[in-house]
Amino acid sequence: MNAIEITDLTKYYGKARGIVALNLTVKEGEFFGFIGPNGAGKSTTIRTLLGLINATSGQAKVLGLDIQKGMQDILANVGYLPSEAVFYSGMKVKDILNLSAGLRKKDCSEEAGRLCERLRLDLSRKADELSFGNRKKAAIVAALQHNPRLLILDEPTGGLDPLMQHEFFQILRERNAKGTTIFFSSHVLSEVQRNCSRAAIIREGRIIACDSVEALAQTNAKRVTVHGKLSLQDLNGVRDLKETADSCSFLYSGDLKHLLQRLSEEDIADLSVAEPDLEEIFLHYYKK
Amino acid sequence: MTLLKHEMRQGWKTLAVWTVSIGFFIVICVLMYPEMGEEMEGVNEIFSSMGAFTSAFGMDRLNFGTLSGFYAIECGNILGIGGSFFAAFIAVASLAKEEKERTAEFLLSHPVGRPWLVTQKLLAVMLQIFIMNAVVFALSVSSILIIGEDIPWNQLCLLHLAHFLVQIELAGICFGISSFLRRSGIGIGLGIAAVMYFLNITANLSKSAEFLKYITPFAYAEGADILAAGSLEGKLLLPGILYTLIGICTAYWKYCSKDIQ
Repeated sequence: MNAIEITDLTKYYGKARGIVALNLTVKEGEFFGFIGPNGAGKSTTIRTLLGLINATSGQAKVLGLDIQKGMQDILANVGYLPSEAVFYSGMKVKDILNLSAGLRKKDCSEEAGRLCERLRLDLSRKADELSFGNRKKAAIVAALQHNPRLLILDEPTGGLDPLMQHEFFQILRERNAKGTTIFFSSHVLSEVQRNCSRAAIIREGRIIACDSVEALAQTNAKRVTVHGKLSLQDLNGVRDLKETADSCSFLYSGDLKHLLQRLSEEDIADLSVAEPDLEEIFLHYYKK
Repeated sequence: MTLLKHEMRQGWKTLAVWTVSIGFFIVICVLMYPEMGEEMEGVNEIFSSMGAFTSAFGMDRLNFGTLSGFYAIECGNILGIGGSFFAAFIAVASLAKEEKERTAEFLLSHPVGRPWLVTQKLLAVMLQIFIMNAVVFALSVSSILIIGEDIPWNQLCLLHLAHFLVQIELAGICFGISSFLRRSGIGIGLGIAAVMYFLNITANLSKSAEFLKYITPFAYAEGADILAAGSLEGKLLLPGILYTLIGICTAYWKYCSKDIQ
């Protein structure tokens, strides 16, 4: 079964583009990354899936239910972590979590306690006094405490320190191992590469690539690092060139024969050719 | 009930401040009555010779010398202005505050359903208005007992019921407006209450402006008319009920279909 199934989903804010004819499928049990810079349409996609905004056209199903008709049942089985968590002023963390559980008509106190302990979140603090990171932790607990089937996380690690990020992803991996589908948007590509099995890249409201993280990383482009003297003049397919006094590094997507011929003609001390990391792939897609 | 309780918890300070303020002024007003009663003949003469303002406030048809006449003008104005401002204030903020304070995303990512959310918020507004009126009514009755006057139950109940209905109507209209807003609408809410109040004064001033009585809810809460008729005027009440329903229905329609930011 598909946890998320999006067909030709379009959202315009007046004349401004949100997402355009977006197609995406996330299978149940997947750990799925949704990559794109600010303004690409990640949050618009998520907010449409959650019924916060209405699609201009197209369809989407979440956990097999149409977002137009079954939103209440969808939300009962979804945990959502917004990119910026905002709570009611004057309320303590425990009151916020109780409110969230109450709105779901569930007693989540045990799981909330466990999560707060792992994330070192003080339940007695007031929401107004919380730092950005602690507000994020409170939002994480609110999103996870009812053990949802699908977790939708919008740039989840902003504000969390590295230790907390590690603990957070550990929790997510545990949940994923138990069958929870995780759909998270990010522009921190290393997070996606470390944790996700599949990912989609969104650019200007359109999906431009969707595959396994390994497959996405295997593009024609190679990261070439050369120590010595090398002239790249007239060599097609060179991008992202970084030069120092005695070395250069660049992404190469041209004909390998031409590169090898040039390398053989020049005074080279050392050479490495590697697969680019996801960060470079991302740039590769965005510069297309 | 979770959201209703939450709304009541969020709004209790505002409710307490407005209730205490309105109740305090009404109690003070009633406690002043015995002292003023002795000078009422002179006061009646002054009020009856104020030209257009006399009819604007219905003072030409009320006897300041009686508790009910005094209460209808003095306390009616306090409850009329204070109560309507309170009702407009909480109703116009009710739906809009979630987007203004950016808590809408948290709330609506729970399986609550927007019609249910609107219902709970509407109930919270109405319940707060009811509590404020109940407390003010109790304070009013207590203060009349303190000054040793007989309680004119029928007239007192009618006056308070009329102002309660004014507040419900303004709340219904402002609740509908709230569904369109993303920022604070307090200025709009209080502005509507003030405009309605002055429309009634204008309607009292000139026969040609009498049609305004079918627009402003303060027309059916006119103390002089209520005391004279011993009832609320149905033909003025009916448009009010209609405006209330339009406001509430608009809130459901708009909030259930709007994009949340």
